[in-house]
Amino acid sequence: MDTVAIIVLDGIGFASWLFLISAGITFVFGVLRILNVAHGSIFALGAYMGAWLAAWFLGGQYPAWLSFPILIVAAVLVAVTVGPFIERVFLKRIYQEEEVIPLLTTFALFLILEDVVRLVWGIEPLFVDKPFSIMGQVRLAGISYAGYPFLLTGIAVLCAILLWLVINRTYFGRQVTSVIGDREISSAMGINVPRIDTFAFILGSFLAALGGAFTAPMISVEPGMGIEVIVFAFAVVGIGGLGSVGGAAIGCLLVGIARAAAVHLYPELELFVIYALMVFVLILRPQGFFGGIEVRRI
Amino acid sequence: MMAGILLFITAPLLLSNWIIFVLAIALAKGIVVLGVVLLLRGGLISLGHGLYYAAGAYAVAFALNRWNIREALFLIPLSLLAGGGMAALTGLLLKRYRGIFFAMLSLAFSMILYTVLFKFYDVTGGTDGMRIPPVTILGIHPATENLRLFYYYLALILTIGVLYLGRRFTASPLGYLMQAVRYNEIRVEYMGTSVGRAIYFSYVFSGALGGLGGGLVAFNVGHVAPELAYWTASADFVFVAVLGGAGNVFAPFLGSIVFEFVKNYAFKFSPHTWQMTLGGILLLIIFFLPQGVWSLNEVIKRKVIQWQLSLKQ
Amino acid sequence: MAVILKTVSLHKNFGMVKAVDNINLSINGEEVVGIVGTNGSGKTTLLNLITGYLQPTSGEIRFRDNNITGLSPREVIGLGIARSFQIPQLYTGLTVLENMLIAVAARSGKSWDSWTPLNKNSWMEEALGILRQFGFENDARQAVANLPEGGRKLLDVALSFVLKPKLLLMDEPTSGVSGKEKFAVMDALLNTLKDAGVTIVFVEHDVEIVERYAERVLAFDNGRVIADGTVNVVLADNSVRQAVLGVE
Repeated sequence: MDTVAIIVLDGIGFASWLFLISAGITFVFGVLRILNVAHGSIFALGAYMGAWLAAWFLGGQYPAWLSFPILIVAAVLVAVTVGPFIERVFLKRIYQEEEVIPLLTTFALFLILEDVVRLVWGIEPLFVDKPFSIMGQVRLAGISYAGYPFLLTGIAVLCAILLWLVINRTYFGRQVTSVIGDREISSAMGINVPRIDTFAFILGSFLAALGGAFTAPMISVEPGMGIEVIVFAFAVVGIGGLGSVGGAAIGCLLVGIARAAAVHLYPELELFVIYALMVFVLILRPQGFFGGIEVRRI
Repeated sequence: MMAGILLFITAPLLLSNWIIFVLAIALAKGIVVLGVVLLLRGGLISLGHGLYYAAGAYAVAFALNRWNIREALFLIPLSLLAGGGMAALTGLLLKRYRGIFFAMLSLAFSMILYTVLFKFYDVTGGTDGMRIPPVTILGIHPATENLRLFYYYLALILTIGVLYLGRRFTASPLGYLMQAVRYNEIRVEYMGTSVGRAIYFSYVFSGALGGLGGGLVAFNVGHVAPELAYWTASADFVFVAVLGGAGNVFAPFLGSIVFEFVKNYAFKFSPHTWQMTLGGILLLIIFFLPQGVWSLNEVIKRKVIQWQLSLKQ
Repeated sequence: MAVILKTVSLHKNFGMVKAVDNINLSINGEEVVGIVGTNGSGKTTLLNLITGYLQPTSGEIRFRDNNITGLSPREVIGLGIARSFQIPQLYTGLTVLENMLIAVAARSGKSWDSWTPLNKNSWMEEALGILRQFGFENDARQAVANLPEGGRKLLDVALSFVLKPKLLLMDEPTSGVSGKEKFAVMDALLNTLKDAGVTIVFVEHDVEIVERYAERVLAFDNGRVIADGTVNVVLADNSVRQAVLGVE
């Protein structure tokens, strides 16, 4: 029983982290129809900004728990500076082009941002483990467990709820739903699609940066963080369906549990299961669980 | 064109050993990029060509280390077969997909190989990878000081061969069929021709090229590692394909040479801005030269003609 | 002449809509049949069903004694049926000549050849010959994207013609083609086809074309055949005139 409990807890923890890194990219795809490779770099920017601000903040005499809101602030800062810039200057010009172009553009931006991070913060790793350690330990099912992953789960659930509320209960959300359904008709109905695009991208960037900021206390923040994150996000999004946040949630849970099971039962397969799942789902149901995209399959 | 070939043949006499090394790798990678371009002409983006690249490289590594086969004339066809064989398998599934789904599935396959190469330390050497000892040609061991040169000419000969085959391919019915598939699959089926088959054959050819390039790079670098199958390796190939342009068979090699040299010099100049430089170049190409660097050729020709005409007036 | 194409109780429903409603056709070899009917009366759906692009809800399609129901377009083409489209289906990024050469190579069964140049002599001759028949002598090297609507339609018909089928189905072959060209092209087309003993079925809105070239006319309305006979009889029929030609 112990093993199952650990696997489930581990799985949920990893799934929560995965959700934070993938909700944004799938949401942006739903609205703009662009798969944003630079999502990984925005994640990294969030991590760096979060670590840097938190370290600076914690150096003062403020209570440690305030570092959490600081992380959120860091994510917001990244989202409102980098987000509009990328979307207006680059994405607006290429969103109509055939599929390769947006992918390559965001890849180019990814390369650029990777070096921007290096130039601004240097290549030495940043450590901010205070937020992690103050969450302490939790005893569950007879095992001593780190408290921080539970915070992540809480944040992931909070994000999911907030996202749902925004989409289904606000005017902005209804416009977004319309744009996701059909851009041209939305435009014809008077919706300012370019503005929705920008806001959606900022929201997606915020989610990425938030994921990064809250990842910072768990690991050492160093160059190249975004590289592995982006391919995990791709895997989850492929499983859950491009454009579907609900699908991403399911994908995260599947991948989380699968990976946790592998880690505890067959460690060599830890990474393998993630991509094997991706292949499995893409073959059986190419549009993922809830993807609404027409699959050109002959 | 003959001038170009002569240039490459005599290059080692004029250029340093290190440049020859970079050139050899550029040519080898160019072969892989040609594989990517052949699929691009069919409207398919392979985000997972690293799979065939790594397959070729590791096949060579296994043959050298496990079975003690040193002969290049065996190892080269082996790398072709490894890449082509891998593609023959994955192609069965991939030929049914298009667009972003094709891209994602191809990515997933390559990442699966990565995870296997990465984790199964006992078999593949894990992150340490495997060493590639020097190879023999017709049983002869090239002298150590000539090894660089030998690998360069090997890459050059194979590049010329691949260029010839590629040229014939793109001018042939199958080559045109790939373009037809891109523009109108319905019409292809209504010609009585199978779209899936066309894609499959091209895919196997493309995978074989990937494997061949992988084997050649393994020789040159003397080492293979799981990174060969990572998504960044595949992304680099697509980058170069776009850099050179998909218009003809020479473009991938031009693009690859530009890429390798920019990468190496930019890194030497400033280790923290080389990625940015490449990213910036890619953006410039996307916004100003969508047909790739090769189209500069056309742009220059047009400008020259315009200038000549203006002189006559 | 023997029956070359037969449909038995052919039905196609899209949800509640009966696009093709109990069609029982019999087309004889070497006939020239015109199909008339308003938009949405099921004419194109019928062609889609025959060529395997759509699967019938129920019923059977037989071609020269073979049951071809459920076959894919590729298989149907392989058996000797060809089809041209209402909206021209062309290789838009290539030239007129390249489009034709690809079709010629396909007809020769050489699509899988990755060694022979596509522009080899025998194929070039054949391609240019057909293009000349359709009026493309001067435009062979034109990009398809630059062709006017009529030219695109003609090329579409030419591409289906090249396959040397036993049965050629054409969906509005002259729509978009200019007045004087219509007759020239149909004359040349039908002469060549009849010489080769090809059975022709064409869907048309242009009554003049139907009158001039069809030996037999089928009138469609709401997925059913409401008249089937010689040109004069059918076009004079009151129900046809009302439903199809919009005459009171």
